[in-house]
Amino acid sequence: MPNDPCDAAADDSAGPAQDAAGRARRISMQRRGPLLVEGPVEIELEDGSTVRSDRFRVALCTCRRSRRYPWCDTSHRRKA
Amino acid sequence: MNDHLRGPLLPPSRGPLSAAVTSYLRGTGPLPRPADAAAADPYGDDLQLALYLCYELHYRGFAGVPPEAEWDPELLGVRAALEQRFGSALRADTPVHDSLDQALAALLVEPVEGTGVSHFLSAEGELWHLREYAAVRSLYHLKEADPHAWVLPRLWGRAKAAMAAVEYDEFGGGRAERMHARLFADLMRDLDLDTVYGRYLDAAPAEMLAVVNLMSLFGLHRELRGALVGHFAEVEITSSPGSRRLAEAMRRTGAGPAAEFFYDEHVTADAVHEQVVRHEVIGGLLEEEPELAPDIVFGIDATEYLEERLGRRLLDRWGAGRSALRTPLAAPEQPSPEAPETHRHRQMSHTS
Ligand code: FES
Ligand SMILES: [Fe+2]
Ligand SMILES: [Fe+2]
Repeated sequence: MPNDPCDAAADDSAGPAQDAAGRARRISMQRRGPLLVEGPVEIELEDGSTVRSDRFRVALCTCRRSRRYPWCDTSHRRKA
Repeated sequence: MNDHLRGPLLPPSRGPLSAAVTSYLRGTGPLPRPADAAAADPYGDDLQLALYLCYELHYRGFAGVPPEAEWDPELLGVRAALEQRFGSALRADTPVHDSLDQALAALLVEPVEGTGVSHFLSAEGELWHLREYAAVRSLYHLKEADPHAWVLPRLWGRAKAAMAAVEYDEFGGGRAERMHARLFADLMRDLDLDTVYGRYLDAAPAEMLAVVNLMSLFGLHRELRGALVGHFAEVEITSSPGSRRLAEAMRRTGAGPAAEFFYDEHVTADAVHEQVVRHEVIGGLLEEEPELAPDIVFGIDATEYLEERLGRRLLDRWGAGRSALRTPLAAPEQPSPEAPETHRHRQMSHTS
């Protein structure tokens, strides 16, 4: 989207870890559940391939159970 | 065309309340008396349709109904009587959790052996079940996220910013072809359903009307902003695992790429949305207005209650080998020999 500050953030000139306003990229962590990262993001996987998402925020799987890895698909939830 | 001549057709009525509201909207008869509303079955076809007609005037209206009907004071009086009947039944019948933490914790546990509609559809759903499911759900999905937009002016700060961000995603992140309501229309096309807004209103059972009426009720009343937020949290928290099962059902039955994509998109989108809604929307709202916690719980539990009633209706009918709709769907059209090519092409465009 033109004029979207998120696009500027994805632009290399702004630096990969900052948005257009120079604010650091925020990542929220929790003990159980995904990492929440401000989008858009490009993720490099172990095999060198990359996936990207331009969602306003993305949830990255930390439990390794997701069937949509690296995206969280709520597989981290407790089963009962 | 004149604006008020467009829009969905008024559906056939389902009893005296909905008949009176319909004829009033057509300008051919008097409204029901509020006392009639007080005596009706709060979850029945007649009251639910009468209320649905009142609410629909705030969305897209009906063909032949003048737009001013939306703020007709006498009609609003009847709507209030219908809401009173529906709302007080819900307050009395909904089993509510003792605290918000408990209500949320219950949603966040995934049953090992689920018995819901999405479990049935992923395990043994046939194409005709999926078509019926989509026709019923189209009452909401063709206006997906619309009732929730009404809460925005009633929120502040963190809750508002987060709610707007999730809504932005629901509305396609600025791209019309990615709007979730549009993705659902694409799914319907894969299933040979008519994508015209309001097309399946008459086919949908009272249980589905009640699910949509609940959102409209919560969305239209500032007083119920906490319940709207709770309702939205329930939908977002339960959506991701349910959508995975529905995507499996679409894949297994060969429903088509757009049908799969709608649910695939919701697996990952709602895994994010539920986090944002819990931490930011609920967290932010409670920071500003901690006294709304019981309303949030009510919104969650009333949604669960009505969704369970809908699930039971679908599974009971399907279990008996019968249609779950009030009027069965026409059999899917057999595509002409050269049609599939162009058809497929159109549907693939948004998945690329
Ligand atoms: S953290 Fe959610 S699926 Fe792994
Ligand atoms: Fe959605
Ligand atoms: Fe969502």
